Amino acid sequence: MAEAVVEVHNLSKRFGTFTAVDGISFEIQQGEILGLLGPNGAGKTTTIHMLLGMITPTSGTIRIFGLPFDDHREEILSQVNFSSTYVSLPQALTVEENLWVVAKLYGLDRVSSRIDQIIKRLEMEEFRTKITRRLSSGQMTRLTLAKAFLTEPKVLFLDEPTGSLDPDIAEKTRALIKEMRRSSGLSVLYTSHNMREMEEMSDRIIFLSRGKIIAEGSATAIKSRFGETELEEVFLKLARGGAPFHR
Amino acid sequence: MKFHRIAALLSRHLYLYRRSFPRVLEIIYWPFVDLVIWGFITVYLEQYKGSLPSFVTFFLGALILWDILFRAQQGITISFLEEIWSRNLMNLFASPLKPSEFLAATMLLSVAKVLAVSCVTVVAALLFYSFNVFVLGLSLVPFMLNLIVAGWCIGVLTTGLIMRYGQEVEVLAWGLVFLFQPISCVFYPLRVLPQWLQTIAWMNPAAHIFEGMRAVITTGKFPLHELAWASGLNALYLAALVLWFHMMFATCKEKGLLVRVGE
Repeated sequence: MAEAVVEVHNLSKRFGTFTAVDGISFEIQQGEILGLLGPNGAGKTTTIHMLLGMITPTSGTIRIFGLPFDDHREEILSQVNFSSTYVSLPQALTVEENLWVVAKLYGLDRVSSRIDQIIKRLEMEEFRTKITRRLSSGQMTRLTLAKAFLTEPKVLFLDEPTGSLDPDIAEKTRALIKEMRRSSGLSVLYTSHNMREMEEMSDRIIFLSRGKIIAEGSATAIKSRFGETELEEVFLKLARGGAPFHR
Repeated sequence: MKFHRIAALLSRHLYLYRRSFPRVLEIIYWPFVDLVIWGFITVYLEQYKGSLPSFVTFFLGALILWDILFRAQQGITISFLEEIWSRNLMNLFASPLKPSEFLAATMLLSVAKVLAVSCVTVVAALLFYSFNVFVLGLSLVPFMLNLIVAGWCIGVLTTGLIMRYGQEVEVLAWGLVFLFQPISCVFYPLRVLPQWLQTIAWMNPAAHIFEGMRAVITTGKFPLHELAWASGLNALYLAALVLWFHMMFATCKEKGLLVRVGE
């Protein structure tokens, strides 16, 4: 049986009277891709922020690699990375310079060869010396993905990672994630509003609504339980207040 | 030219002022600070016009040294703002980087900025006014180091406030340091201030530094006690402010502000 690299138990986050995340528990196994689905404001991004230590939970526990997050922040974050459409990189630096800074921040060795490798994999050669401010949104997304992959993390949090990519690069990005999972046992928490992508990528899906887990299982199991042929139909049903899926 | 478009733009900016206390404060703040500083300079000149020694040394030296404090503060605060502007904070703080490491890096950066800016101002003063700041001698070095630390203190304070209250208080990056200028006694001696303000100024390390610098110019002796006071107060404030910054950081994570600070 695979080992759980991320263990979340009874995690909650309240901002004043508003509850963003409400007592959720889940695990991500080594080499597993877990999809996090839900409408806007469901608590997906807040969950990822708590897993990255950017927001302190109100209650509950987070263990990554078997270690409590609060006591082992530095050790954990050196093996974790993320990519989000809501986060950018310094605009005045070139693509290469930004990757250099990230590599130094994580204390990586063989920096040049790692950068060359990731630039080649994500087909960024033509804009590697370009100033970040001048990148198109698709190129910017590739840069933030390159930043995430560069550190060869064991756990990756991807918040709508292919949102602004063309189908070709999006497909190559998904292939890269899958290959990293195969070669290094990478575990991924993945959010996307692209249901086909979610179905293709995820071994298991968690559906969040108003901060609570209301459905969990493989895409096939969830579709079958709700009597739908498309995940999108399930999404609409659940997001509009359909009956929760009881495990 | 259409007035409704001009009115629309006017409204766009007035809306900001209606909801933003720091912006309103800024309208009052600069004239007030200018009035206080130049008022005290005038009092000084009035009282001591016949016996002002080394006039140029006093004012140009003070200006160059004040710039050191200002740049040291900016080195920290502007570095933080750069991260906000480029939406890069999460890349930093979701990495193994610690807040103390972030502060250390910005402090080092501020030293580099101070060195660069000082070169320019020192050379410019020499070329345009034939003023050599090094007439102050070796005593300049410990005082300059203390000015940098005083700048760091204000920089950490400003950065913590921007982190906590967001871009709403961004103007503090340029303005807060000037709140300390009247009580730093940059251009006039401490004795010019009213008694109650002297007590406050006495708790400001920068005031001891500028008093010390004036003592070097007028007496030629090194005022060790001023240096000791400046160093002691700086050490105390820096330790307290770094601790406070860590508490602010924890509060921001608690309130979810760290991920929203650039919005």
